Amino acid sequence: MLLINCPFCKERNETEFVYGGPVGVDRPDPNAVADQEWVDFLTLVPNPTGPVFEKWWHARGCGEWFVICRDTVTHEILESPDEKS
Amino acid sequence: MSSRLSTGGKLIDRSLSKEFMFNGRRLKGFEGDTLASALLANDQVMVGRSFKYHRPRGIVASGSEEPNALMETGSGSKLEPNQRATTTKLFDGMRVKSQNHWPTLEFDLGAINSTFSKFFPAGFYYKTFIHPRFAWKYLFEPIIRKAAGLGNAPKEKDCDTYEYFYAHVDLLIIGGGIAGLAAASSAVKSGLKVLIVEQNDYWGGRAIVDEINIENGSGSDWIYQQVKSLSNEKNVNLRLNMMAAGVYDHGYVLLHETLTDGSNKKMELRQRLWRVRAKQTIVATGAIERPLAFAGNDLPGVMLASAVRDYLVNFGVSCGDRTVIVTNNDDAYRTAILMKNAGLEVPCIIDARPSVSESLSKQVQSLGIKILTGKAVSTVTGSKRVEGVAICSHAGSGEVLETVACDCVAMSGGWSPVVHLWSHCGGKLEWDKKNYMFKPDLTSAPLGANGEGMLTVAGTANGFLISRDVLSDGYTKSKEIIKALTGKVPKISMEKAHSGDESEILPVWFMPQGATRKLKSKTWLDFQNDVKVSDVELAAQEGFESVEHTKRYTTLGMATDQGKLSNINGLAVLSNSLNVSIPDVGTTTFRPPFQPISLGAIAGEARHELFKPIRKTSIHNWINANGGVWEPVADWRRPFCFQRNGESIKEAVEREIVNTRTNCGILDASTLGKILVKGPDAARFLDMIYTNVMSNLKVGKCRYGLMCSENGFLSDDGVVARLSDDSYLCHTTSGGSDRIHAHMEEWLQTEWWDWKVYTLNLTEQFSQIAIVGPKARQLIEKMGVDGLDLSPEGLPFMGFSEGFIAGISVRIFRISFSGELSYEIAVPALKAQEFWDLALISGEEFEVMPYGTEALHVMRAEKGFIMIGDETDGTVIPQDLGLDWAISKKKEDFIGKRAQMRSFMKSENRWKLVGLKTIDPSVVLPDGCYAVDGESNSYGHKNMIGRVTSSYFSPTLERSIALALVENGPDRMNEILNFPNLDGSVTKAAICDPVFFDKEGKNQNV
Amino acid sequence: MRKYSVAAIVREALRYNAGWERAWRSPEPKKQYDAVIIGAGGHGLATAYYLGKNHGIKNVAIIEKGWLGGGNTGRNTTIIRSNYLQDSSAAIYEKARSLYETLSQELNYNVMFSPRGVMMLAQTEHEIRGYRRTAHANNLQGVETEFIDPKTVKKLCPIIELSGPRFPVLGALWQPRGGTARHDAVAWGYARACSDMGMDIIQKCEVTDILKSNGKVVGVETTKGVIKTHNLGIIVAGNSSILAEKAGFRLPIESVSLQALVSEPVKPCMDVVVMANTVHGYMSQSDKGEMVIGGGTDGFNNYTQRGSFHHIEETVRALIETFPIISRLKMLRQWGGVVDVTGDRSPIISKTPLEGCFINCGWGTGGFKAIPGSGWAMAETMANGSPSQLASAFSLDRFREGRFIDESVAAGVAH
Repeated sequence: MLLINCPFCKERNETEFVYGGPVGVDRPDPNAVADQEWVDFLTLVPNPTGPVFEKWWHARGCGEWFVICRDTVTHEILESPDEKS
Repeated sequence: MSSRLSTGGKLIDRSLSKEFMFNGRRLKGFEGDTLASALLANDQVMVGRSFKYHRPRGIVASGSEEPNALMETGSGSKLEPNQRATTTKLFDGMRVKSQNHWPTLEFDLGAINSTFSKFFPAGFYYKTFIHPRFAWKYLFEPIIRKAAGLGNAPKEKDCDTYEYFYAHVDLLIIGGGIAGLAAASSAVKSGLKVLIVEQNDYWGGRAIVDEINIENGSGSDWIYQQVKSLSNEKNVNLRLNMMAAGVYDHGYVLLHETLTDGSNKKMELRQRLWRVRAKQTIVATGAIERPLAFAGNDLPGVMLASAVRDYLVNFGVSCGDRTVIVTNNDDAYRTAILMKNAGLEVPCIIDARPSVSESLSKQVQSLGIKILTGKAVSTVTGSKRVEGVAICSHAGSGEVLETVACDCVAMSGGWSPVVHLWSHCGGKLEWDKKNYMFKPDLTSAPLGANGEGMLTVAGTANGFLISRDVLSDGYTKSKEIIKALTGKVPKISMEKAHSGDESEILPVWFMPQGATRKLKSKTWLDFQNDVKVSDVELAAQEGFESVEHTKRYTTLGMATDQGKLSNINGLAVLSNSLNVSIPDVGTTTFRPPFQPISLGAIAGEARHELFKPIRKTSIHNWINANGGVWEPVADWRRPFCFQRNGESIKEAVEREIVNTRTNCGILDASTLGKILVKGPDAARFLDMIYTNVMSNLKVGKCRYGLMCSENGFLSDDGVVARLSDDSYLCHTTSGGSDRIHAHMEEWLQTEWWDWKVYTLNLTEQFSQIAIVGPKARQLIEKMGVDGLDLSPEGLPFMGFSEGFIAGISVRIFRISFSGELSYEIAVPALKAQEFWDLALISGEEFEVMPYGTEALHVMRAEKGFIMIGDETDGTVIPQDLGLDWAISKKKEDFIGKRAQMRSFMKSENRWKLVGLKTIDPSVVLPDGCYAVDGESNSYGHKNMIGRVTSSYFSPTLERSIALALVENGPDRMNEILNFPNLDGSVTKAAICDPVFFDKEGKNQNV
Repeated sequence: MRKYSVAAIVREALRYNAGWERAWRSPEPKKQYDAVIIGAGGHGLATAYYLGKNHGIKNVAIIEKGWLGGGNTGRNTTIIRSNYLQDSSAAIYEKARSLYETLSQELNYNVMFSPRGVMMLAQTEHEIRGYRRTAHANNLQGVETEFIDPKTVKKLCPIIELSGPRFPVLGALWQPRGGTARHDAVAWGYARACSDMGMDIIQKCEVTDILKSNGKVVGVETTKGVIKTHNLGIIVAGNSSILAEKAGFRLPIESVSLQALVSEPVKPCMDVVVMANTVHGYMSQSDKGEMVIGGGTDGFNNYTQRGSFHHIEETVRALIETFPIISRLKMLRQWGGVVDVTGDRSPIISKTPLEGCFINCGWGTGGFKAIPGSGWAMAETMANGSPSQLASAFSLDRFREGRFIDESVAAGVAH
């Protein structure tokens, strides 16, 4: 049960959040890319052993989307968003 | 024999006697007894049968590590298999049965397995029962299944209840022995909020039995004082009967509290599962004694030395009149001394070590106990219980030197710290070379969210075996934690336990050290699963070198005690066979729970109605009371139809359709999702979310819109109304509201975070009631409208207005999913029932009837409208459904657009939406059937060229209709397709336009 | 290889089992092999086996970082079924299922395939329509399934609660020849047969790099030295992304933890496998008597082989609603495995951008049932250098073309 640091609500149980996947590349201009590039954007996400930047949504809380950096082997949270109010 | 002594027993109250039944025998015990101590008090030494060979099994341990004494307790809705007798409290009237035997415990036919056990070594199943092929399923497997399985499964529903507790504390201490209590008292004095839990129903752990000396007083007194003074403090919660089941990531600890003993025959709150978040957690879980492996060590009457003295001291129970001690360490001598002092015979101590310290040997010999050093048990004699031990040299191969008669063997192979909780989340272990045991590697703790160690381990669990060190470690660890939490170095008076040093243990993993294969094949490691030294050696011999392979091949440590007694000896035997060191062999993974916990406790209160609570619309109760036949739809319930007296469901649906098309129907459409999208960039945003253009929608107008995933597949649809320049109300499907709201928020916050848009899910704030049919307008006018013009010009198709109906504030949309004149009226949820009632009263003269989802579906299919989830399945794009008109060609971008440009999406041969009419109009095509072309595909399957997505009997058209996706379907009008049925017959149907009814739309444009 | 039989058991019993030989050799790696497979799980071992058996390629090494069969092969809930919707899925899973039927005899190793029947409960009208559709598709695909009514469900599985207060059982998709097998035995049986063909299974050997020359694979660098080959198969489930990176390409894969648990053993009370997708839970009873329970995945990427407790809670709640008698049984052990999931939840058996290097991954939560079919197809692909008929639909190209193989309609959870 991960403890995730929401910028508004501070540390909360993982069950309050929805996982949004690792942060991939920016959405390319759809009219300027070939099929393969588009598909890479859609399907290729970072899947490392170790730190990864990933999106979480405080769905059962304040509704904020934010990014944390978590180690996929130790679950250490290396970076959390700055506190907001 | 084992018996109750006339005096003694710290935990029992001899003034309160308890009667209980064991296998139909009436027996007596006392208040405070465990089931195990009561059975031993009645000389019930054999208490069960082993898993594989059905060998007689007796009580081995005194705590939760017990592998053998598993009982069936309770009956009916309280029946529970596999209850450990050692941790089950005795109560008056208790009924208990032993398990895994037929017909009786004493005479078990399954014991024939034992006779032939030499033919059932490890891995036996893998090597046999291979031929003939069908025999495994029909012959061998059923026999094996019957023989396995320990207790009987309950037959009735559990009548008891369970609940969850949550706790947030500064310090959680797991284990109420001296280390845990010392830590608690210092932390509490420093003002920390503390929760301390103990799995037993008494505090102090082993210190109660092994009378230790603390500050020149008895350990028991010290424990009493600690608990007493803690009980007066407000910042501590002391909990007995509470077992730490598991430690999960980021320091989430699961505790299991037992609240009842099962004596109550009525429903009761039985167990409680705690979830604890503590700033710091101390694991002070003590250690478990290891059995010794010698031939015949599985006979009833062979017990752990510590358990023998537990029964003596705590329950006044002697486990035998003549007890032989077998040991490799000093600790077991305590048992000898206590037994002798209780007036029982201890013929000898068999000590595998070559010598014993002078002081200890003097002390023991002065009591008249013989010490046989350098000796081992060659074999235990007896068939259903211990009758004696044959003694040999430990150094030899088992040649018998003498035989000593006895009825109990108390064995000790040393102690293993309870490292389970430390290991659950990846804490590493190190091998203690002095005490020959695994203990926590403090340099490699399980890590918390901040990357620092999240557990502190103290006392015996930390590898300290002497009370002096145990107590001191408890204080030291709490001091460190107090400093970390308060920033101050606490002033704690560290009280001291006084204990002498013990001589070194001799590592003995089986005895004698040169035991023959024959002896090893009678030397048990895992008592419950019948794994012997020979089995582990065979596994190694056959190449199962990894400890995980050996475990799985032999089933070592896979019994209900999860190897608490067997694993370390098994590892050592494996390491010996492979000729590598024990730490190099490594351990198997420690997994939660520490002790098995009931599934009921895991489910907690979330049962029956509370298991996924039903979302209810404002009309829910009315529907329930008026013949609504429910079907689950997402988290909602919706009425499939409204059944009237004597009507079949089919008749009800047809009545609802016909009435709606000729008179008027009313539908609770409240489950539809309603999302408000507002802000200066709302129009721009919806242009990205929907495939069609929403920015040019005029205020006061509605438009049907489609949403796709970024992969191009159609994901949701619904009507969008433009409320004002900067605000839209987006309707979604019933199952889609949360998903679509989440989808919108994700794009807004992660991709277009600089766009000025807010979204709000208003699904539950508004109820939506559809009034549908030729008389709909009259009905609403009859209800009384204020500020609304319902005329065709005043409120045209795909328009909406705001005003009052029957005095209730409404937003009325003129939209239609049935092809009829239709209004969907949004009212504040709290006014919905009132509105519904008034509509029914006003509608009486128009013959209004409520209709359900099936009528809704049939009517939409008659009109060729698609349904998300029927016509779509996550692989369908809007173009497949002839919805090209709703896909903007002008927009440069919308979600899904780019993906739809890929080759397969553009392919000529996609399956596309058509209508189907069966050649025999009375035959309704089965849901989900496929059309074939008589060819085979590359896999040799019958080639499919289309499938039915919706299929109904249309009462309007008085014939069957279906919607289907067919390869190039729209180009194949009137072609007759073959649809094979599951019974081998074929239904023929002709391709037609998907709009079956009123294609011109004259019914809705009135 | 000495044959396993009743006679062998008796012979060995009389000499205290002194004569049993190793089930597989534990050799040091040779310098070069005709084919190298990374990953000695079920899929890797099956691939090696069929390379030898079907294609005569026997100079093969199977390299394993840990111990053979120690990943998801030894951690799953052992369900075998082939009632898939899409043609390509039905084909490979049915191939696998049919190979399982004779696998014990084929390998001379009792893998305890038990066709006890698998039922997938329909608990909403929508699910009924979905499973009816699957039954029709399976009928045309030659996969024996049928849609059964609640009465038949109860007859096959008397402990089921048909009229639960929340989700009544409305019917089920029934595959009578689906079932379970002993997961470890599948790995061990293949390993023994591979070893017997002369293949080298090299355990405790980690691949540290994949060696390339001119866009072709030439070998692997391992903790036991360099091993040369021109034909490499990467079959490492949850670790696929890591190996692919070493090979110089990326995969549309995410690794997540899937959890399972078993109860303490009880006498037989459930003969069939039941999957309840609406409420997310599935259960069967092992030959030991344990109720084997599968649950959901943690949403997030995870390489720890453990997961969060709330998934266990959700699964257990769902199953108590479905099987009320289990409430007083006790959870004995819970664990997790790292599964590799693709965008469409279907596997990848494919050539890769690196010539001579092939990948087999993405089986997600349901790989065990596919092992023989997956190995068969992968061996064919590696032997011919191009995708076999069974494998062709599962190529990496499908993502570019948008040719997804989406089974979500057939199973809300795709195990």
